[in-house]
Amino acid sequence: MSTRTFEHVGTRPIRHDGVDKVTGRAAYGADVSLPGMLHGAVLRSPHAHARIVSIDTSAAARLPGVKAVITGADIPPNSAKLMLGGEAALDLHDMGDNLLAHDKALYHGHAIAAVAATSLDIAREALARIEVVYEPLPPITSVDAAMADGAALLHDKYKRNIANRMEFKRGDADKAFADADVVVDREFRTPMVHQGYIEPHACLARTGEDGRAVVWCTTQGPFVVRDASAAILGMDPAHIKVIPTEIGGGFGGKIVVYLEPLAIVLSRKTNRPVKMVMSRDEVFRATGPTSGSKVRVKLGATRDGALVAARVSLWYEAGAYKGSPAGAGAMCAIAPYKIPNFFIEAHDVVVNKPKVAAYRAPGSPIAMFATESAIDDVARQLGMDPIEIRMKNAAAEGDQASYGPKYGPIGFKQVLEAAKNSAHWKSPRQANLGRGFACGFWFNAGMSSSATVTLNPDGSAAVVTGNPDIGGTRAAQALMVAEELGIPVERVRPIVADTDSAGHSDVTGGSRVCYATGMAVIRAAEDVRDQLRARAAKIWNVDIADVGWERGKAVPLNGAAKDQQPLTVVQIAAQMPHTGGPVVGRAAVNPPMAGPGFGAHICDLEVDKETGRSTVVRYTAVQDVGKAVHPSYVEGQMQGGVAQGIGWALNEEYVFDANGVMENAGFLDYRMPVASDLPMIETVIVEVPNPLHPYGVRGVGETPIVPPLAAVANAMRDATGVRFTELPLSPPRVLRGLTAD
Amino acid sequence: MTAVAIVHLPSGWTRFTDGIDEIAIDAPRVRELFVALAERFPALGEQLDQIAVAIDGHIYHHARYEPLRSDSDVYLLPPVAGG
Amino acid sequence: MSKLHVTSIINGEPVEFLCEPHESLLDALRNAVGLTGTKEGCATGDCGACSVILGGRLVPSCLVLAAEAEGQTVTTIEGIADGERLHPLQQKFLEHAALQCGVCTPGFIVAAKALLDANPNPTEGETRYWLAGNLCRCTGYDKIIRAVLDAAAEKHPKVSA
Repeated sequence: MSTRTFEHVGTRPIRHDGVDKVTGRAAYGADVSLPGMLHGAVLRSPHAHARIVSIDTSAAARLPGVKAVITGADIPPNSAKLMLGGEAALDLHDMGDNLLAHDKALYHGHAIAAVAATSLDIAREALARIEVVYEPLPPITSVDAAMADGAALLHDKYKRNIANRMEFKRGDADKAFADADVVVDREFRTPMVHQGYIEPHACLARTGEDGRAVVWCTTQGPFVVRDASAAILGMDPAHIKVIPTEIGGGFGGKIVVYLEPLAIVLSRKTNRPVKMVMSRDEVFRATGPTSGSKVRVKLGATRDGALVAARVSLWYEAGAYKGSPAGAGAMCAIAPYKIPNFFIEAHDVVVNKPKVAAYRAPGSPIAMFATESAIDDVARQLGMDPIEIRMKNAAAEGDQASYGPKYGPIGFKQVLEAAKNSAHWKSPRQANLGRGFACGFWFNAGMSSSATVTLNPDGSAAVVTGNPDIGGTRAAQALMVAEELGIPVERVRPIVADTDSAGHSDVTGGSRVCYATGMAVIRAAEDVRDQLRARAAKIWNVDIADVGWERGKAVPLNGAAKDQQPLTVVQIAAQMPHTGGPVVGRAAVNPPMAGPGFGAHICDLEVDKETGRSTVVRYTAVQDVGKAVHPSYVEGQMQGGVAQGIGWALNEEYVFDANGVMENAGFLDYRMPVASDLPMIETVIVEVPNPLHPYGVRGVGETPIVPPLAAVANAMRDATGVRFTELPLSPPRVLRGLTAD
Repeated sequence: MTAVAIVHLPSGWTRFTDGIDEIAIDAPRVRELFVALAERFPALGEQLDQIAVAIDGHIYHHARYEPLRSDSDVYLLPPVAGG
Repeated sequence: MSKLHVTSIINGEPVEFLCEPHESLLDALRNAVGLTGTKEGCATGDCGACSVILGGRLVPSCLVLAAEAEGQTVTTIEGIADGERLHPLQQKFLEHAALQCGVCTPGFIVAAKALLDANPNPTEGETRYWLAGNLCRCTGYDKIIRAVLDAAAEKHPKVSA
């Protein structure tokens, strides 16, 4: 597999949905409308923690133009669980309560009621007329406050507000620390941050007189929308059709549903289509940012640089309901290294903040910010180069991962070598800049995907999947079909279909579309190829065993049909009716999660010691992607993850006041990187094939957000001599740290 | 066909398993393995519904009918996917 | 209060539409006029997804009242291409893969067009600062900047003396 030469895979064609996207024609969630549609709006809790005593919607319902008002009473309480292929089984009781609160408001912005009206203005006016009586309760806004003695409990069943605890251990860490030559022990903190997708959540639901619903929505998982909505509303999933629109970013935040079930209920009550679009304020306050955290890391090493002991304690904010990525953080924290003795514990802590959702390699950036910073300190104490110390401890194929199983072929050492040999690392360090190095790890989700490939009479092909295209996966799928069939990539039409038209696919996320859905696409194309050989056999009147395939042509073998010329796809397609009818290839896969991707980043940082402002002057991201199907989009995923990681490191944070109200719920003060903040981002693609995939693909999307947090912090340490352990490294914090001693 | 695989349980489960975190179980497939675990450790309850299974380094979210061999190295892990 | 009647030249065509007095140009374009290419990312003028050119000036249409378009020309993303011919910016965005999810792309292309109209040969720094009002969360801006600089070079090749 690794010796296969590709004709199409690895090239950079223009993406098939590109013209629509550069002309404004592509329809995103809020771009869909229907005649007679109503507009929905959501009333949200002004309290971060409160008992809901009563809700009176009568005045709102009387407002002319208001057609329906719903509350938690319209969402049946639900205790069933549903495994949706995310971090854990999504608890429907929690999800239903998050959609519309029942007994308690658990965060500022928690949905309390929803309205459908003939205009958005009227809907918002109606919200103001809904009378809610609250009994405010003390808000809990940090893991420390949550676990403190006597703290108010969000849910009576979680003692000390700890919803879950996990452990990973090996050997005897305490003894190994006692024998270590160097020990680093630090506490790190990271804030709650948001995925920051530019497109707010939006949907349009239309239920019919037969009770069936059609939902257009922006989502990473149309099947999740269908199944979650059905389960929460007590509907038959076969009666819900979800049509995914184009999606304006997700990063994990558009896997959970916030609006769709509400829109379905409102549409049912009004017998009209209902459109619901979140404002940016609502996106910040009431969707799923990722956890703020407290992380303690203790590392022990011997003088030769061998890491002999690790102790990692993670406390992650789950938000209002259980389910932070603390477990994943625990699995990633020291995953790149062979450390023989370790103890890792992860705590899932509920707080009065929005329920956290997945954010690109969920849990890993937080944990590895801490461990990669600590490794940097160990290297400094030993006088060792940061790449050398990692090389010395690097895990490789056959080593036992910190989370248990043995690694198959992985590319961590190759990534370290590539970083060491990069132009950036070899370039002389400039006196006024700090240079930081850090690594990252994320899995490569498998799970279920389906694909069909159909051949047209003109020899062109369509490939249909159920995975929304967030970052160029249509183009990658077209390249795969072009490769397998030997037809030009422009003659392949990649289509993202709705839940009635496509076979089941799990979400677009988890770095899985090119890997798992791609695997299904390749197998479906192979199915087409086998059928084309059978058609050629029929045309030549020979056995299929006598028909081979070479670069887009059926060729005769074994002396049979030896006078026949090879047949192209175009030629065979033209004769489909005579040889058996249409040619439709199909495949469905559910591959395991294997073949994780490692990354290593280098950051040169300039720190203005008078203002505390930092500028990333040069940045290089190295990553093992297995096989880059469309290198431009692979590079793009790496660069995008870097930008998010830099924002997380330098400026992004949810700022809460004492009442648990977010103070910076807008793009002005929730400061994400802009074009003038960043340099060009150099990328180095390493390809150590993943044996599970026909081309060797590993997912690329998530790993790149992991290294930047520590790469920037390590560069800051290099530039200032100060080890900052709390993010973001915003100017006020940097100044405090620089003037502290 | 009998297959006695070594199964590594999550350390956090020891409170349900009387401190046992590694056990040899005779089971031809993951399904039979889970039945055996539920019988052996009734306190596990719903933990078994929310777990991924790694078999020889490959992590499955839906592993029920995956076969196990005598030398299979099995880890039960939190079901992580991504974002 | 009844709606206002606005007459404007949108993408070169005379257009009449009705709007509320407090309605933004963004909402009027997307709803009354039916041009959904311009996007709402924040409605507070911070993300640039709603960028349009009003009377020759780059503006965040979420902060402009629809009524202000009366008698003015408006250029949206739908008016950037010349009939069936893509503008060099659009072509370069495609060639450089300067988009991933694409939702910020209309705003960037309109803003970049305004840049090249004002400054046909911007430097990388000038380009980054001009486009600092447009947020992208997917690309890290690298390929966007390359696309804009390449489009500038194609439209106005630098000629050495």
